[in-house]
Amino acid sequence: MEFLEAVFVLPFLDMADSPAFLMEVVIGGLLTGVMYSLVALGFVLIFKASGVFNFAQGAMVLFAALALVGFMEQGVPVVLAILMTIGVMIILAWAIERLMLRHLVNQEGIILFMATIGLNFILEGVGQIAWGSDVKVLDIGIPDQSFELGPMLLNTFDISAAVIAAVMVTVLALFFQYTAVGRALRAVADDHQAALSVGIPLKTIWIIVWAVAGIVALVAGVMWGAKSGVQFSLVLIALKALPVLILGGFTSVPGAIIGGLIIGVGETVAEIYWGPAFGGAIEGWFAYMLALAFLMFRPQGLFGEKIIERV
Amino acid sequence: MADHRNIGDVLLNVEGISLSFGGVKALNNISFNVRAGEIRSIIGPNGAGKSSMLNCINGFYHPQEGQITFKGETRKQMQTHKAAAQGIARTFQNIALFKGMSTLDNIMTGRNLKMKQNFLMQALYFGPAQREEMEHRKVVEEVIDFLEIEAIRKTPVGRLPYGLQKRVELGRALAAEPDLLLLDEPMAGMNHEEKEDMCRYILDVNDQFGTTIVLIEHDMSVVMDISDRVVVLDYGKMLADGIPDEVRANQDVIDAYLGVTHE
Amino acid sequence: MFYREAGQLKTTYETDQGLFPIIQDRWFLGLILVAAFVVIPMIANEYWMQAILIPLFIYALAAIGLNILTGYAGQVSLGTGAFMAIGAYATYKICTAFPDMNIVVIFAMSGLFSAGVGIVFGIPSLRIKGFYLAVATLAAQFFILWLFNKVGWFYNDNPSGTITAPPRELFGILITGPEASATTRYYVSLSFLVVFAMAAKNLVRGRIGRSWMAIRDMDIAAEIIGIEPLKTKLLAFAISSFYCGVAGALYIFVWLGSAETEAFDIFLSFQIMFMIIIGGLGSIMGSILGAAFITLLPIFLTNFPPMIGLHIATDISKHLEEIVFGVLIVFFLIVEPHGLARLWQIVKEKLRQWPFPY
Repeated sequence: MEFLEAVFVLPFLDMADSPAFLMEVVIGGLLTGVMYSLVALGFVLIFKASGVFNFAQGAMVLFAALALVGFMEQGVPVVLAILMTIGVMIILAWAIERLMLRHLVNQEGIILFMATIGLNFILEGVGQIAWGSDVKVLDIGIPDQSFELGPMLLNTFDISAAVIAAVMVTVLALFFQYTAVGRALRAVADDHQAALSVGIPLKTIWIIVWAVAGIVALVAGVMWGAKSGVQFSLVLIALKALPVLILGGFTSVPGAIIGGLIIGVGETVAEIYWGPAFGGAIEGWFAYMLALAFLMFRPQGLFGEKIIERV
Repeated sequence: MADHRNIGDVLLNVEGISLSFGGVKALNNISFNVRAGEIRSIIGPNGAGKSSMLNCINGFYHPQEGQITFKGETRKQMQTHKAAAQGIARTFQNIALFKGMSTLDNIMTGRNLKMKQNFLMQALYFGPAQREEMEHRKVVEEVIDFLEIEAIRKTPVGRLPYGLQKRVELGRALAAEPDLLLLDEPMAGMNHEEKEDMCRYILDVNDQFGTTIVLIEHDMSVVMDISDRVVVLDYGKMLADGIPDEVRANQDVIDAYLGVTHE
Repeated sequence: MFYREAGQLKTTYETDQGLFPIIQDRWFLGLILVAAFVVIPMIANEYWMQAILIPLFIYALAAIGLNILTGYAGQVSLGTGAFMAIGAYATYKICTAFPDMNIVVIFAMSGLFSAGVGIVFGIPSLRIKGFYLAVATLAAQFFILWLFNKVGWFYNDNPSGTITAPPRELFGILITGPEASATTRYYVSLSFLVVFAMAAKNLVRGRIGRSWMAIRDMDIAAEIIGIEPLKTKLLAFAISSFYCGVAGALYIFVWLGSAETEAFDIFLSFQIMFMIIIGGLGSIMGSILGAAFITLLPIFLTNFPPMIGLHIATDISKHLEEIVFGVLIVFFLIVEPHGLARLWQIVKEKLRQWPFPY
């Protein structure tokens, strides 16, 4: 009885009680959501362009962040360190294409997916050997101060993250839609062999895509790392991106954003208002359940393409 | 050709079938019937809706309008499982074999509906499950003999050449002992000998087992030779319906599809 | 030369579809079984049994379960750990609630619980496919472990949060609990593996196995020829979860002795998945080979460098292991996506002609 009350009544009373707090929670959720979106974006890019579900995206985020911290610890100034890390990610993309993707052209999706799981482990292992596995502090000079906006408490860092993410998304969306390279990327996502046959240089495209995804991973890594320290659990963020992708569809850039925001808000609100009823820590599974429920009604996500199966 | 065969009553009747995908109308008010024991062809240019018609008959597509009567039961829409259970089997334009399995296993899946032993018995294997498996294996072996594919029994079908894959697909459909067999371009991509073989199989199936056949085919000599009656579709509309000679002489059909031989 | 099958003609369908139609295969199997049941217990020491063989058998059982779902039926699952956990916790609860019930019966019941939950999380599989389905199984993985963590009833509210296997006997011999001997536990896990592997092999070569593979290869065509997708998939989830549940129960009761929910986390799911990828998707023997490989690899990696004079610090060793895992997975997927099982078949083919390769 108490439990039912805690689930169906109390949360709403709490919300009505203090709308300012609710707004704060929602905004907090939105900002978490922005972070998720950044990671999901990397997935979408690679999936859109090469049809591969890159499980290693999380590891790439960690790898990028570790590299950046590594450079900065050596005394390299921030901007230069960022450029160098971008360079590292490009080299990484080249290596992935050369050593792995090239040999798996046109294999079934599940084989590619499993290969990226293997890649995930390689990146994790290498990253931790190269840079050690303790938590690292990442300070790139973005101010981290709380300020008040009306009755709500906000944070400059979070706002900056949101702005950066928004800029990134817009640039990427324009890139895909309006440039020749973007078109080639979409062709490749549809059918590798067909793209090859019209002369699209598959290898180059893949390197570009994985490099861009690497840069996105870097941004995500920096954002997460600066917020909560660079650590191993960043990899688990990759798993969190899955529900985001489900909501938003695997191939939609705006979908990744909206999906991320919904999951971020949903998760945070659920934890604050419903968490106590369940004993806390429901953040661990809420996103997945939400995605699952969503899938039952709309298997292709909010923005994904409906697949018409033909025989 | 059709003199000594017993062509019976109407087995399948489609009435007023209309099918759309989004804005595209694939089928527009199509009506025709198929009699038991006959070989009925559906012809027409590419995109005319022939495959879509077959898909409606066996329940893969659901038409927005019209109804289908099979073996006396009338339905607005067929369900695939029901269609299979009631004796409709088919082959596909782009081969739909199970690439990971051998020829034998693929054809055995055609017997799936008739095999009843539950999973506990199957886990045990020895006893009723094994007996059932052998029983059905015998039937499948007869199909294999009939189609002359003994040598490739254990080969994974992914490795077979195109022509043989088509034959295995036919075998899978035959294994179900269907009353109505829907064949979607069974001779596409075959050379002359292969086509002759396929024709022979189709005729034998119709002759020996009395199976009713609905056939989509582009090779006119084949169609005119073996069909009892022909339906002509063009852009989802019905152009003609009759015996081969009638259809061959129909001006609309000639304009849209057949053309004339030039001297 | 050793492997010629000339002259071994099958005269009935029964023998043709038998599991080991070639005499050499039957001898080989016989040898392995004798080695496993008789020779190894005589020569292996307790370390080998406890650290290598017993977990190998249990992992192999779970791997077979996952292979049924992912390799044969084509449904990607990342929830193996959770289903193993259900088996373990169910066994714990039943054991403590009914101290007199036969332990094998309890294992079977836990498997059934796991199967039930598997069916529930398999229901989405009709509408959802591929990676999307993986998310459903992830939901199971995270939710179930959270449940076992939060709700004290599952671990009888004991303050440490762990479940411990109480001592139980079978035929008068102690098989669980700290006093049970390694040899007994070896036989128990081996027997379970042999029985369950046989059952699985029987399932996959019959009608059900074919319907699973049909759904995996082309589910639309399968549906059209009358195979019911939902029933087939749910059966795969059920049987797979049953296997994983029993494996989970054995994991705690016959091997580790006690554990917390962390023992069943997502990394366990990954580990089992690696076993079936490396061992071979869609192969029962592959599951066992993969389990052997993954179980032996860390031991190899720890013991090999010192043998050639290289000393690696333990924490680096762990990361190195990760890297080697990753490299092996990518390597196998590139070189032989069908895993060790296919490699084994190729070896047999070559043996037919050796020493005349042409």
